Parts: sequence; C-alpha cells; structure tokens
Amino acid sequence: MSTETPTANPNDAALEARIEALEQELAELQAETGTDTKKMTIVATKGTLDMAYPPLILASTAAAFGWDVVVFHTFWGLDILHEKKSKNLKLSAVGNPSMPMPNVLAALPGMDSVATRMMEKQIKDNGTPTIEELLDVSIESGVELQACQMTIELMDYDEDDFYEGVTTGVGAATALNHMADADVQLLI
Amino acid sequence: MTEEYEITETLDVKGLSCPMPIVKTKRAIDPLVTGDVLEVVSTDSGSMSDIKGWAAGTAGVSLLDQSEDEERGEAVYKHYVEKTE
Repeated sequence: MSTETPTANPNDAALEARIEALEQELAELQAETGTDTKKMTIVATKGTLDMAYPPLILASTAAAFGWDVVVFHTFWGLDILHEKKSKNLKLSAVGNPSMPMPNVLAALPGMDSVATRMMEKQIKDNGTPTIEELLDVSIESGVELQACQMTIELMDYDEDDFYEGVTTGVGAATALNHMADADVQLLI
Repeated sequence: MTEEYEITETLDVKGLSCPMPIVKTKRAIDPLVTGDVLEVVSTDSGSMSDIKGWAAGTAGVSLLDQSEDEERGEAVYKHYVEKTE
C-alpha cells in the first residue's frame, strides 16, 4: 500500500521553507561577522570633574579607531551630558589622598571650589580638552551618548536639559543590548 | 632623515594632550586619498605610543615613521601616517 499522492508532500514544502529561513539567517550572520568593526559600551556613573574625563577620552579615542561606541550615562554620570551642569562639574577635595591638603582642611566650606579651580587651571595649562570639547568631538565622531531615562526622571531633569545629539528615552535594556555585542565593556 | 615619501599635509597638534592628537589625526586623514601621507607634529610624549597603537588598530592607515626632535628647547614628536585605503 502506498501513501504517495500526486500532489507535493506538505512536509517537503515545510522543509523547503525551513531551509530557506535557515539560509537567510546564515547570510545575515555572515554579514554581521564579516565586518570587523569593534564595539565598546561604557557605563558612566560619576559626575565629578575627574570622573567625567575617562569615559569621554576613551569614547572619542575609540571613535577615532572607527569603533562603534555607546556611552550610557546614569545617576551622576548624567550631569556630564547636562548642558548647564557639565560646565560646573566639581572636584571633591575630601577623601582624595592626592589633594595637597589634609582632609580636615578639605572639608571646610569652599574647598571643593578651590580644588576645582586648581584642576581647571592645570587642565588649561596642559592642553587637556574641556569636557565640552570632548562632548563635541565625541558626538561629531559618531559616539552615541545615551542619557538613562529613569535617572532623568529621578533627578527631575528635563530632556531638553541635555546637549543636542544626546539620546534620551533609553534604559538598562538598551545598554545591555549593546553591551552583549560589545568587545569592550566598561563601568566608570 | 631621508624621506622615501612625500608629505601631503601637516597637522600641528602642538600643545594638545590626550586624546586630541589622535582625534585630530583621524579627522585629518579621513579626507585624504590613498597614498597620501600625513605628518603629525605633537608635543605630547604619549603620542609616540598612542599614534603607533592607533595606526596598528585602525583599518586603512599605516605608520611609516616616527621621530623625536627638539624645537626651541621643547621636545617635538613627528609621526608620518600613510592612508592605505
């Protein structure tokens, strides 16, 4: 007894469709791995003047390598992207053993401003770019600067407070998505 | 120094420190065409290692030469980067 029918076996059609789907998937994967563009995700969590530098220096340099770079700014890291606050980032004089003053003096009112002014002068004298300059070169060279939406709301900031070119409306899942594919992931 | 190549353009990044010499080098080399050579003049001692690392890790550029000179009592680092593609 034969089960063969003159019409095509429905299993064949399903199999063909499956093969086609797999071939397409393979082609997509090959296209993805074919590019050797490196990816880097940085999570920037700090908003002091000294801690604002490392993420932006690494991001702008990686962009010069042609890497695909995302910096996800969360908590105080958000201040780096805040148009007003970023121009006013402070250095903490307290708890910094590298400061040329004892903690008991560093804790006095106004000492953070003194420490910040000292640092700003050194930055200028050394030809080190300002945070604003680093933000400009980062954005111009294609770095994606993301501002965590949850923290924007937590800090009661407005989406318009940030520099032009900053991506808002993103959360941890967006950061993780980029990170999962990244060759370099840093928490600063 | 004997030159087997012709300098197409010179980029002056004297007085600038990390990461600007690299960022500016990348920007200056982008509009050039294959075979062009960019001379980068820097006062940043870190640029010797940084330009080398950048050129090694970046597609389409090749570091031909590096030199250390002194101009008016200040160390000057020169880098010659060829655009290869």
